[in-house]
This record gives sequence, structure tokens and C-alpha cells, in this order.
Amino acid sequence: MRLVKLEARRKMIDRIRSLFARNDALPFDIEKLSDQDNLYDAGMTSFASVQIMLAIEEEFDTEFPERMLTRRTFASVANIAEAVSQLTEQSN
Amino acid sequence: MDTATITAKSLLDSLFDNDILFETGVDGLYGRSGVFEEVIERFQRLVTRLGAPDKATAIHFPPGMSRATLEKSGYMKSFPQLAGCVHSFSGNERDHAKLLGMMAAGEDWTELQQATEVALTPAACYPLYPTVAARGPVPDEGLLFELSSYCFRHEPSQDPARMQLFRMREFVRIGTSDQVRAFRESWLERGKAMIESLGLPCEVDVANDPFFGRGGKMMANNQRDQGLKFELLIPVSSVEKPTACLSFNYHQDHFGQTWGLKFADGSLCHSACVGFGLERVALALFRHHGPDVAAWPAAARAVLWEA
Repeated sequence: MRLVKLEARRKMIDRIRSLFARNDALPFDIEKLSDQDNLYDAGMTSFASVQIMLAIEEEFDTEFPERMLTRRTFASVANIAEAVSQLTEQSN
Repeated sequence: MDTATITAKSLLDSLFDNDILFETGVDGLYGRSGVFEEVIERFQRLVTRLGAPDKATAIHFPPGMSRATLEKSGYMKSFPQLAGCVHSFSGNERDHAKLLGMMAAGEDWTELQQATEVALTPAACYPLYPTVAARGPVPDEGLLFELSSYCFRHEPSQDPARMQLFRMREFVRIGTSDQVRAFRESWLERGKAMIESLGLPCEVDVANDPFFGRGGKMMANNQRDQGLKFELLIPVSSVEKPTACLSFNYHQDHFGQTWGLKFADGSLCHSACVGFGLERVALALFRHHGPDVAAWPAAARAVLWEA
């Protein structure tokens, strides 16, 4: 059971990472960053984080509530994955 | 004016009744009386006096700017709802006849206009950055500019403190992060002391710009988390929601990156600005001290008229 969950998490992270890879406005190669690395420190602008937010909503067919639209939510791939799992678990 | 029960609409009506502002038929576009303009002029002199030791370079841009510059600045990413672009007719005689026909029939004739290369200036400093970038590397001690312009924001409202066309005075500091933040700090202090010397109640608070849409909520949260914008607030049309009359903004290296503003060693410049909403300050003075400037408190008059 636990393994299944870990596998699902890995897949979600891959999907999130592919959205970063497709965005040309980012000054970094997402492959070179860990899930925990701070994306703002790596050069992600506020506006790029908005683009990522919208892309994630589309990819996962979800909508972030206002309380989650913070700098912290989008600060790392891990934080984003945590937020997406909260949203998708709620809707399941 | 009865300050206890004032609303945006009652303040606006009272300004009309006292011939301080004049209606034009469009919310947010008003004629200004001679006295209103005199107050603005005297307040501007006060700003000039306070800023004089810093020896800023003054540049006066018109209220229209290059549309390409506005596009490159990223304004449409953040504030598409506020922007205004100038459109003009450039057709032939036949198009002209069609235009007049549509106008007479009450149809939407504006489709016969095309966008020009001019956009209305949304904040006094937008035309500045490419102008500075074109002059080459920024010196080590940085740069300081003083700007003033009519600005346009498309937000029709019956709140006299939210005009569509209004004047903004600005000081813009371009330099290292430390230089521009020290500049902003100094104006946070000077600005508050200045407004208090006019006998106006005020407070300084962290703030955010009115970024567009849901993504804008995130931009706004980011801006607040990082303490990038502060506003000096004065109760004008509401006590609960005081009006931002001065704003103190740290842009980080946003404009440095956008326009390639660099020092000789190639490192990017940061920028910060302090903006004075001239109509808003004048409205605050009329709202708190009354329609008759001769009857304003002696201390405020001394600061504006006698210094």
C-alpha cells in the first residue's frame, strides 16, 4: 500500500517537473534542482510562479483556493506536490 | 465637511458643490479649480524642498508613452485591466463616411480606429527605465531622478480619490540593493513627517498593487511577504479604508532585468521609487481642513504658503 502511494507521489512530481521543463521563462534547468530546492532562489520570478500555478491547475484539473496562493506554496517542487495532493485528496 | 459621516459619493458631491472639482460626465475625469491647482502646486514645492538635498535629475515626460515600452515593461502581465492605449482613425474617405454613418446610427464606430504607438502612462516612472538604459552603464553611486506626469488608470469610480487621470510625482533611485533600500527608508521617514506637518492623520502600512486575476492574488501575497510596497494612508473618502497618498516601492531588479540596467561591471541594478499622489494629497487637505484654504489650520498654511 505504502509503495503504491510512493509511486503515485513520484508520478505527480514528474508531472509537475515536466510543467517546469516546458516553461521557457525560467532561468534554470529543473533537472538540476532537487524537489526541495528553493525555486525563487533559483531565479523564478513572481510572474513565472503565476504561470506555473495556472499550468498546474490545468494539468491536474483543479483550482487552488486563495489561502494556498502564497509564495510558500510554490517555493519548491515538494511544496507544490504537497499542495496538489491536498487538493486532489479532497476532491477524491 | 462632516468628517464623521463622509462617504466617497458625499465627498465628491461636496467638492462639486464647493466648485473645487467640476464634472465632465465621466467618473474619474474632473476639472480642477484654481485653488485646487494652487494647493497641488504648493505641495509640489514642499516635495521639491524636501528632496532638494538629494540633487535628483528632473525629467518631465508627457502623459503618453511608447506602447512598445509599456509592453516590454510587463505592465500587461500584471495590470491589463488598468492599461489604456491610444487609438486613432487612419482610414480613407470611404472609411470616414462609414465611420460617420455608424456614429449617426449609434453603432460602435471605434472598430474603425487602430491602435497607435502611444499608450497612456500608467505611472510616472515607466518611460524612465529605457531612457536610462540607453545612456549606458549606471555609475557606482547610482542615479536619482525626479519625475512628474499625468497618469491614466482605467478604473472609473465615484470615489474622488480614485481618478482615471491624475498626477503622480516620483523620485526614482537606481543603484545597488542597499542604495535603493536606503533611499526608500529615508522617504518613509520624510514622507510621514511631511504629511504630519500638514496636520493630516496618517499611517504607514505594508501594501500590494492591484494585480489582475487569481494569479494576481499570488503576486500580491508575494509582494506583501517580501515587504516590497509600503503606503502612507490618509482617511479621504473612508475612515475604514484610508487612501494611499504616498507609496514606497522596492522593485528589486525587475526593471534592471527588463531593461538591462547594469553597472560597469555588468551586475544588474535594483530600483526603488517613492510616489506622491498629488490629487489625493490635495483631496486629503480639503477633506480634513475644509473647502476654504484661507481657514485652514495656521500650521498647515505655514508649511504650504509661507515657507
